[in-house]
Amino acid sequence: MDKFNTLNGVAAPMDMINIDTDKIIPKLHLRTIKRTGLGKVLFEEMRFEPDGSEKPDFILNKEPYRNAKIIVAGDNFGCGSSREHAPWALLDFGIRSVISTSFADIFYNNCFKNGILPIRVTKAQLDALMADAKDVENPELTVDLVNMEIRRPNGVTVPFELDAFRRECLLGGLDDIGLTMQKKDNIDSYETQQQQSQPWL
Amino acid sequence: MSAPRTLFDKIWDAHVVDVSSDGLSVIYADRLLIMEMQPQAFEGLRRAGLKVRRPDRVLGVMDHVIPTGPRDEEIADPVSRMIVEQAYKDYEEFGVELLDLVDPRQGIVHVIGPEQGFTLPGVTLFCGDSHTATHGAFGAFAMGIGTSEVEHILATQTLRIAKPKSMRISVNGKLPIGCTGKDIILAIIGAIGTAGGTGHVIEFAGQAICDLSMEGRMTVSNMTIEAGARAGMIAPDEKTFAYVKGRPRAPEGAVWDQAVAYWKTLPTDAGAVFDKEVELDAAEIAPQVTWGTNPEEVAPITGVVPDPKDATNEDRRRMMQRSLDYMDLKPGMAIADVTIDRAFIGSCTNSRIEDLEAAATVVRGRHVADGVEAMVVPGSGLIKREAETRGLDKVFIEAGFEWREPGCSMCIAMNGDFIQPGQRCASTSNRNFEGRQGRGGRTHLASPAMVAAAAVTGHFVDVRQLATQDNE
Repeated sequence: MDKFNTLNGVAAPMDMINIDTDKIIPKLHLRTIKRTGLGKVLFEEMRFEPDGSEKPDFILNKEPYRNAKIIVAGDNFGCGSSREHAPWALLDFGIRSVISTSFADIFYNNCFKNGILPIRVTKAQLDALMADAKDVENPELTVDLVNMEIRRPNGVTVPFELDAFRRECLLGGLDDIGLTMQKKDNIDSYETQQQQSQPWL
Repeated sequence: MSAPRTLFDKIWDAHVVDVSSDGLSVIYADRLLIMEMQPQAFEGLRRAGLKVRRPDRVLGVMDHVIPTGPRDEEIADPVSRMIVEQAYKDYEEFGVELLDLVDPRQGIVHVIGPEQGFTLPGVTLFCGDSHTATHGAFGAFAMGIGTSEVEHILATQTLRIAKPKSMRISVNGKLPIGCTGKDIILAIIGAIGTAGGTGHVIEFAGQAICDLSMEGRMTVSNMTIEAGARAGMIAPDEKTFAYVKGRPRAPEGAVWDQAVAYWKTLPTDAGAVFDKEVELDAAEIAPQVTWGTNPEEVAPITGVVPDPKDATNEDRRRMMQRSLDYMDLKPGMAIADVTIDRAFIGSCTNSRIEDLEAAATVVRGRHVADGVEAMVVPGSGLIKREAETRGLDKVFIEAGFEWREPGCSMCIAMNGDFIQPGQRCASTSNRNFEGRQGRGGRTHLASPAMVAAAAVTGHFVDVRQLATQDNE
């Protein structure tokens, strides 16, 4: 997993609530044995006509948003299924951070496993960041995980919060399976105790 | 004396392997269900040189991509075939037990977990599918996870998560005749919204929940994720124990008694505090039908399509307008005037024997309406066989329904079963997102009886009225 420290890039405004995982990546593309290569079908049904041609009105089909690294989206982003293909597709496209007022829980967790930083902000903060992203002349934001803040084009900063474990994993590009394997003794003794207290399991 | 605890608190406390100061806990995973959509998890293990820590706590199935036609035919679609073949290889290499495509017990992962007694009260159970919440109907903590978390459990038999908040939704009083668990959960989602449960584990309580069969409880808990919650739960009781007893993987003899004694300690203590409480009056629930493109966009069959201008804020107004445009519906239109092209009875929400019985009761002596294509996809091979023993297959086939082999089928529409652009489908499944049942397709969620009624009349109809007509 790539480390995440400070990210500067174009932020694409997706001013819509409840962007579900079926919108992020339609199910037929879940039939893959890889984690890569899904960027080309990110937001497929909103982004492309059935014949594969681009829908010119879709934000990621417009300059400068074709190179977006950040998405600013309405409430409840990533609702629906547990498909990790949603963050995989975002990452493969080049998106490393999503900013919204809220995220669906499974999507939120899946992001951290893939070096993507989802950031929760207030509605007022989202409105300001959405307006920044909509400014085609200068839609760039800086997401600074070290200092836990988003820097807006006008120089104003928006602070955000994140638990220490996930922050450390992102900053260090750490694999949490490896970290949990270090708890082997705890897991072993848990299993021994459970075998005695709940022998039916 | 310790402080009163919720059902969820008790299960959580019993599974903490390690608590760190960083906000996340390492929780033991008693059970992992796995299906063919996570080859990346096994690839991750392979690359890291890891083994499956507890293969005896893992059960593998195949349900998402598999065709629902005859099982002796080769899978025609090369991509689906590749996924299935990869799953066979992965399960074998890592020593995971598989109920394969020709196994009579094969079926949808959330149907066969309980059916096999793999799902038990008090356990933590995970699966790389959001409808894992289903198993919470047994008083388990069951949660959908992503592929990397599946890999984490395969390697460590634990999950690293922050403890969710708690919510109790009490559905008080008696549910009216003609209404089901599906109507309860759709009404709940309509009331609290698709993000109403985000960050919470929801315990469903109240007389209307207690009165439900285990099948009905599974339907309610199944759709907890559509309210955004991490998991749904229902306190285990005598009905739960009766369902579990004698299942192939359920405890037996003295250990059974020991297990039941423990399970009886699980229900929420009097005085336990939830972060949030919601109450609904069951008597006010009518059969529900969704009109939009997320499950909170729902109305009673007696109602009308709402007007976006009545939305509570601008974000919602735009969402409603987008939904109406996609669904090709106008505000003020009676739900009962919505006509359909397709009907689907199946999915992990509503494919159990009670669901098929409810649909068959409506269908018996009737025929699928002109211009409507209808299909039934039982949740498992055992359910299919039971339905055939009861003669339900004949009821459906004689009425013009297709009778298929078990799988997820047209709930997720990735196995070759899908609806055409612009078609409108009455469906017993769980999601009405844009394109969910096929690009450009329009999905209306409802109970099995309501979908059956729509199939035979060609439009949504109050199943309670249909029953009245029969009696006249």
